[in-house]
Amino acid sequence: MKIKSRKKSRLHEIWQQLKKNRLAVVALFIIILLILVALFASFIAPYPYSQQNAKLSNAPPSAEHLLGNDKLGRDILSRLIYGSQQSLSMGVIAVAIAATLGILLGAVAGYFGGWVDSLCMRLLDIYQAIPMFLLSVALAAIMGPSLRNAIIALGIGTVPGFARIMRASVLTVREKEYIEAARAINAGNGRIIVKHIIPNAIGPLIVQITMGIGGCVLAGSALSFIGLGVQPPIPEWGALISDARSVMRQYPTQALYPGICVMVSVLACNLLGDGLRDALDPRLKN
Amino acid sequence: MARYIGKRLLLLIPVLLGIALVVMIIIDITPGDPARMMLGAQATQEQVDALRDQLGLNDPLPVRYVRYIWNVVRGDFGTSLMSKRPVISEMMERFPYTVKLVTLGTAFSILIGIPLGIFAATHQRTWKDNTVIFISLIAASMPSFWFALLLIRFFGVKLRWLPISGVETWQGWVLPCAAMALGLAALIARQVRSDMLEVIRQDYITTARAKGLSEGKVIYRHALKNAMIPVIMVIGGIFGSSLGGSLITEVIYSIPGLGQYIMTGLNNRDYPIIQSGILIISTMFAVIILIVDVVFALVDPRIRLQYARKRKGKGEKQSEDKESKEVAAS
Amino acid sequence: MADNLLEIRNLAVEYHTDDAQIYAVNNINLTVRQGETIGIVGETGAGKTTIAKSIMRILPNPQAKLISGEIFYRDENILKLSEKEMRRIRGNKIAMIFQDPMTALNPIEKVGFQIAETIKLHNKISSVEAEKRACDMLEMVGIPMERFSEYPHQFSGGMKQRVVIAMALACNPELLLADEPTTALDVTIQAQVLDMMRSLKEKLNTSVVLITHDLGIVADFCDTVAVTYAGEIVERGTVEQLFDNPSHPYTLGLFGSLPRLDSTERRLKPVRGLMPDPTNLPSGCRFHDRCPDATDKCAEVAPEDVEVAPGHIVKCINAVGGAV
Repeated sequence: MKIKSRKKSRLHEIWQQLKKNRLAVVALFIIILLILVALFASFIAPYPYSQQNAKLSNAPPSAEHLLGNDKLGRDILSRLIYGSQQSLSMGVIAVAIAATLGILLGAVAGYFGGWVDSLCMRLLDIYQAIPMFLLSVALAAIMGPSLRNAIIALGIGTVPGFARIMRASVLTVREKEYIEAARAINAGNGRIIVKHIIPNAIGPLIVQITMGIGGCVLAGSALSFIGLGVQPPIPEWGALISDARSVMRQYPTQALYPGICVMVSVLACNLLGDGLRDALDPRLKN
Repeated sequence: MARYIGKRLLLLIPVLLGIALVVMIIIDITPGDPARMMLGAQATQEQVDALRDQLGLNDPLPVRYVRYIWNVVRGDFGTSLMSKRPVISEMMERFPYTVKLVTLGTAFSILIGIPLGIFAATHQRTWKDNTVIFISLIAASMPSFWFALLLIRFFGVKLRWLPISGVETWQGWVLPCAAMALGLAALIARQVRSDMLEVIRQDYITTARAKGLSEGKVIYRHALKNAMIPVIMVIGGIFGSSLGGSLITEVIYSIPGLGQYIMTGLNNRDYPIIQSGILIISTMFAVIILIVDVVFALVDPRIRLQYARKRKGKGEKQSEDKESKEVAAS
Repeated sequence: MADNLLEIRNLAVEYHTDDAQIYAVNNINLTVRQGETIGIVGETGAGKTTIAKSIMRILPNPQAKLISGEIFYRDENILKLSEKEMRRIRGNKIAMIFQDPMTALNPIEKVGFQIAETIKLHNKISSVEAEKRACDMLEMVGIPMERFSEYPHQFSGGMKQRVVIAMALACNPELLLADEPTTALDVTIQAQVLDMMRSLKEKLNTSVVLITHDLGIVADFCDTVAVTYAGEIVERGTVEQLFDNPSHPYTLGLFGSLPRLDSTERRLKPVRGLMPDPTNLPSGCRFHDRCPDATDKCAEVAPEDVEVAPGHIVKCINAVGGAV
């Protein structure tokens, strides 16, 4: 109960700091908006994403089709709106996987120390010796192109960052008195990790999660672009850029829209991440 | 220093062994039979089995792993399933392209990123700083492949200044390098800015000002050198990103490099290419990180002397003894 | 007054942060005579370092704002000098020793270079000569010149402070600002560093502004004292005047909080209460809410300087002019 109230006040404190950063608030607003668009895509989108109309192939913007139509005559705006579902879920789920695995790995390594720590760290060394995007591409390609596999590949590729942050946080928290106190009242290892260490490491993790979602949306769009992510006809922003590539010469705007969508969502994540970092550690704010 | 490099090279071996194992395990646990892939769907099960036997795919994983490593040590990185040529000779042809792309891309990003970062830091809280921050934020948030397409559309198709693909001429390198450098330059600029601001706050910068040094000397002689230390570490990671990014860049600009080769291998499930390609790229990455660490040690006397001391043995203790004697003497 | 090396008139400095204004220094007057050593005493946050940095004109920019005041160095208002002119004084005529030797040296430059840099900057001499003089400076502060090429992390705290002092004295400054030069050091090293500073000061006839919170060091080292409280100088005078006849309630409080060998008191008497919040200073006398002798008037009227004895000035409405 006590821990809960402390955590709440900490979040409140972070929010108080964050509120002062106007850009971060705007970014948060954009992120919420994007999530709403993704959740209610089927209500917002004027047309189904796969509805073709040969007569409207590569049609310019009109009152019925605000952003025009692609080469199969599909409504671009609707495809962008539905695309947010795939792109954002790639970012969010991949980071959820990465954060869960990374936090567990980092917490175990940092908490137990000794050979467990060495083993985990060597494992991470091997992991990080492979350039992250290469690893994701290879995993996605070997497992076969699909949204699910792309998400897994991205998630696995991003684990080390979380693991290292968590381990570092654990190492600083581990020696504090209240962990001693918890041990003195015979709290188990699992309980200490969940109740004491994770809440204390939460600051840098929130920043990493926010930035990580942006990074995974970016990398996910790249995977889809080279055909390793979402498969047609399901729209995804990276895949939409790839689709538009063939008509890039005549209709460059078709590639422009999905790119802007990716950019805005990643930018929002980065801005919010920056804002959160400043809010969590006002000393860093210059 | 030589000892340090030697030690680091030795430490590299288990990492590379680990990478080879990890890649092999991943390929092993995912469904799909390379023999079946090679022969196509019409082939009979007997034919597939015969090929599996011939390729040694029926052996247990440890046997195959040891065999692979042994072959790699002898310079045999396997044979491409598609072209039937040795992977190593195909890779050697492509190697220079990737090296050139990654080196140029990273060099561009450093040349743009560092001055921008310094500029922003020295104009902190002005519109100049805000502009740099905002542009670099946008640049870092752009998908690089998208930016690459826009560059092609604008400079290649519209203005016709530069070729849209191929690197037969030097003009051909401009767009791919620019596409690669943009996001990385933004990352470097942000890092340089925050490190500079951190260093400028330090007491020794106040000391330098108190000496009567001009602001230029304070920034370039005292602050920049200190701020570069963390930046050097980031540059190692930047190389890693550009190695990964070379995959897409090479495909978009039709550069016959390692990235494109690995992409083809991945699409065809050409396992020897995948395995050895990842191993080679990771080795390149590891060597770059090693170089970065050596540069780091050269710049930072604290690290440099640490290694010198290790050689001398009890350096730390010695100097402390010396100090206490001096204190006693004075 | 021609024999005044430095004269500060009505100096006021504020710091501006995102959500607050900090009144760091409020209308301070101070004079330093040729060859004099003046101690500035006060608690952390009383504005001592800000005074020193104002004299050097190295206040953090853009956070610090100079609100008013004049600082005369040899009858020239240095606050009016151009940055270029100021650079010729800074490190040359006026030098500063910083509080924390551990962070005051550039970690990636040789200590010898850091001293030689100052010398080269302010004298028209070759690099070789500058290095030779830097070696002499090292020897002067008791560091063998063989250590010229070593880096700060190879030195202990006390040794680093010697390097910092060598750096400050490298150009024979007329005025040395020493900002808590011994606070970060062990007690035994403190005495060594102070002894060294004293002999160097006598040798070079340097005026010193010694910033400290240690009254013992002041009694030992200084000719005159200024006591600061919440950005104001509440009492100043010679060491004898102040120690024999402390007149401001805050100064009395400071003495009361010191252990005495000749006293039978069983407990020390700390000054009650806390330093006022520098973003929201109390009205009237800044000290009234902590003052044992405060009257209602203290909360309303800001006290004027009262000269209780020649050169002994107290900022308190209860002080009686010309007494003693």
